[in-house]
Amino acid sequence: MSQRWAFKHIVNYFMLGLTGLCALVTIGVLFFILGYLVYNGAASLHWSFFTNLPAPVGETGGGIANGIVGSGKVLLLATLIGIPIGFLGGVYLSEYGHPTTSFVIRYVTDLLNGVPSIVIGIVVWVLVVRRMGHFSTFAGGVALGIMMIPISVRSTEEFLQAVPQSLREAALALGASKWRAIATVVIPAAIRGIVSGTMLDLARVAGETAPLLFTALGSPFWSAGWNQPTATLPVMIFSYAISPYEDWHRQAWAGGFILLTGVLLVNIVARMTLARGIHIPR
Amino acid sequence: MTTASAVNKSALPPGRAQAFLKRLQAGEELAHAMAGTAAGAIFVITALVLYELITQSTLARQKFGWHFLFSSTWNPVTGDFGALPFIYGTVVTSILALLIAVPLGVGAATFLSELAPAKVSNALTFLIELLAAVPSVIYGLLGIFVLVPILQHSVVPALKAVLGALPIFAGAFYGVSYFSAGIILSVMILPFIISVSREVLLSVPRDQRDASLALGATHWQTTWRVVIPYASKGIMGSIFLALARALGETMAVTMVIGNTPQIKASLLAPGYSIAAVIANEFTEATGDLYLSALIELALVLFGVTFVLNGLARIMIMATGTKGTH
Amino acid sequence: MVKIDKASNVTKQPSQSLIQRLLLAAVAVASLAGVGSAALSVTGAGATFPYPMYSKWFNEYHKLHGDIEFNYQSIGSGGGIKQVTEGTVDFGASDGPMNDEQLQAFKAKRGCEALHFPTVLGADVPTYNIRGVTVDLNFTPEALAGIFLGKITKWNDPEIAKANPNVKLPNTDLIVVHRSDGSGTTYVWVDYLSKISPEWKSKVGVGTSVNWPVGLGGKGNEGVSGLVKQTENSVGYVELVYAIQNKLPYGQVKNLSGNFVKAELASVTAAAAGAAANMPADFRVSITNAPGKSAYPISSFTWLLVPSKISDASKKKAIVDFLHWMVGPGQKFAGDLAYAELPKQVAAQEEKAISKIQ
Repeated sequence: MSQRWAFKHIVNYFMLGLTGLCALVTIGVLFFILGYLVYNGAASLHWSFFTNLPAPVGETGGGIANGIVGSGKVLLLATLIGIPIGFLGGVYLSEYGHPTTSFVIRYVTDLLNGVPSIVIGIVVWVLVVRRMGHFSTFAGGVALGIMMIPISVRSTEEFLQAVPQSLREAALALGASKWRAIATVVIPAAIRGIVSGTMLDLARVAGETAPLLFTALGSPFWSAGWNQPTATLPVMIFSYAISPYEDWHRQAWAGGFILLTGVLLVNIVARMTLARGIHIPR
Repeated sequence: MTTASAVNKSALPPGRAQAFLKRLQAGEELAHAMAGTAAGAIFVITALVLYELITQSTLARQKFGWHFLFSSTWNPVTGDFGALPFIYGTVVTSILALLIAVPLGVGAATFLSELAPAKVSNALTFLIELLAAVPSVIYGLLGIFVLVPILQHSVVPALKAVLGALPIFAGAFYGVSYFSAGIILSVMILPFIISVSREVLLSVPRDQRDASLALGATHWQTTWRVVIPYASKGIMGSIFLALARALGETMAVTMVIGNTPQIKASLLAPGYSIAAVIANEFTEATGDLYLSALIELALVLFGVTFVLNGLARIMIMATGTKGTH
Repeated sequence: MVKIDKASNVTKQPSQSLIQRLLLAAVAVASLAGVGSAALSVTGAGATFPYPMYSKWFNEYHKLHGDIEFNYQSIGSGGGIKQVTEGTVDFGASDGPMNDEQLQAFKAKRGCEALHFPTVLGADVPTYNIRGVTVDLNFTPEALAGIFLGKITKWNDPEIAKANPNVKLPNTDLIVVHRSDGSGTTYVWVDYLSKISPEWKSKVGVGTSVNWPVGLGGKGNEGVSGLVKQTENSVGYVELVYAIQNKLPYGQVKNLSGNFVKAELASVTAAAAGAAANMPADFRVSITNAPGKSAYPISSFTWLLVPSKISDASKKKAIVDFLHWMVGPGQKFAGDLAYAELPKQVAAQEEKAISKIQ
């Protein structure tokens, strides 16, 4: 009896230790990447990098200011397009829904998620850029917005499903109509997970290059409005990284670091603002 | 309504109109309609993508027919195209990535949800989610300048010493290979698995854990036998997300897979994937048949995603996972 | 709004002020949309090889004409040809000239001709990594063809050895590295191989992507150079600019006149000069294996693709002015970036051709 007792406790500590190792490995990889980016891009990281426009090779003082603003605009548009559709779609699958319809929608969402980003770029090029006759920030936003939808749907659905049925029943029992119950009880209960999913989503599309190549294109200048091609961080990083020049490589690494930091900041701000829903006690 | 002088303006019987307006105001239909429209929009968008893929690939489909799926030639000069090596590479690298990332990811998620204190867990999760934001091209560059040399000089020789007899580890290793691509992919899909699994694990009701512990189970036994199975549907969901990313990943894969359209049993051999060849050749492809063949490859990837998702769903239904309502 | 007893740990949903805050943030960012200049914007896209050069040129030109912004993006030669044909950009750029089929398509779609204007010169060099060999190797055309066809498999093969009598070549397997992505660099390399090897021409042919008989595929110049650096006894090809900037070892190639020439700005310009005598009117010419005793045999032009009819008058003026500047004062910026200048004869011929733009 005590042998089995000892054994199960040994296994307990061992397995729990293993999970800690898994977490450590993952964090280790992240810190390695961050460290590599800083180490290789450090020479380029100074104040003017954030405020200047790009300079051609051989000239110092180039920056990625237009890329930062351009990425901001494109991502804002993408969020405005992708998140509402994804969120409401997730609500539909979780709260409303119909066995066949839901199955089809889920399947279709997974299909959309699996489309390579360059293909989304090509499709948006045909549907938007070619029709408009030029590249634009708008087209870039549409492309990234489409990419945001599947993850948003999936994560919204998962986290809404994880809310215990008892909460819904309690709200209904108190006289709330179905949609009120969803809007004021179920969604707030799941809001932390939904925000988490949204942040993950944003992070994923923030780094996408291929769809922007054929939609927002790029620019060494500031771009006005939504109708002109615009510089974006991932495309600039890509162009610099594949160039022959050491200086541009450093700018690519520095740009990568800035992109990650930007995503982290948005992540933190969003969570602080939104995640005050119901904490289901553990 | 009771006096004769009150003329009823509505053509409908008085009760029905007011009842309809009341329902509309209550918002129930509206909410349902909004959600339904969003779901419908997703369907429409995917259908649009599929439609474009079909129309743009007509030239190639008409020329090659089903033969496209079974041919191993890829010759842009003579105009002879076949998808088999790319399908093989896509499936192999994605499965390898899942095999590495799922245990690692679920393990890390378990640690973050069960063991780590809340503040530490939140901070670490923020950071792990950052991994999803690293641009693909940076993963690729790190892959070729960091991962590949490490594999070449340390990992693979050790692996071959122990497991070299197996066909999957046979042959010479040049660094770029299915193996390297699978590893890079696994890092790229980790944040999806960890983030979603952690949230789902956190939402498992406390009374489930308490009950198990009360019965004398250790923390690990509770986690392994109660919590994870309860959350398994959500974890499977995260795996779908991860799989989809692995299938469609382009830049990082193309930098470390070797870009050789061939089919080899050994994981150490160079290969190619659908997304990689599209990314490599699309911007330079000139000629309608060439472009059409690349789009047809994208269509094939659509099909591969379709099949893999179907298999996974069947698997879930067959194992009858318990879990949330 | 559901308000539940504090005891059960439920907080009120902060919806009102949150929505206000989000809207404010959105408006703030959207107002950034207004930031921009009233300058004339001309967009072009295409080849990646000359991107550093073009970015320098357009930057310098902007300094001279602050009200004109040339926006050039490198999306690949094929992308450049496609976009200029569709009309989504004002001009394109390509490392390989448009073929007849593409010219036809352009004419059909845009109702005018696609004019080619050479801008600078580039070259491909064979780079290698052999243990114990630190000198520049000599490669004959037969050696290069044999290597890339997969027929020469060892470094001490007689074909390589006889051109390098003073070098001790190891008896090891040779690993070939080529480009996996379609590119002008590949186009130039296989164009050369097709000219000097009938077997290559019939077996593999010419294109921005080909069906390579052997070898690993690296993505981009950095992919190829990375693979070569990390794989002992390997050989690959990269752009000259790339090799110079990254200090890669590369060999000499025997040219048509029988001399082993190392690729550098002078020898590349010499190749173009050799071809300048027979330059066709539309500038669509291949200068690989060019005559001239100091010519480097694997050289190539890169072109800007401009429609012969430009409806927007101000854009037309800007493009025409730029082209004149480019073949004249602009050329002096090439050397610093390791691009070879256009030979004088070609530049002169181009000056006249610019007037074809209506």
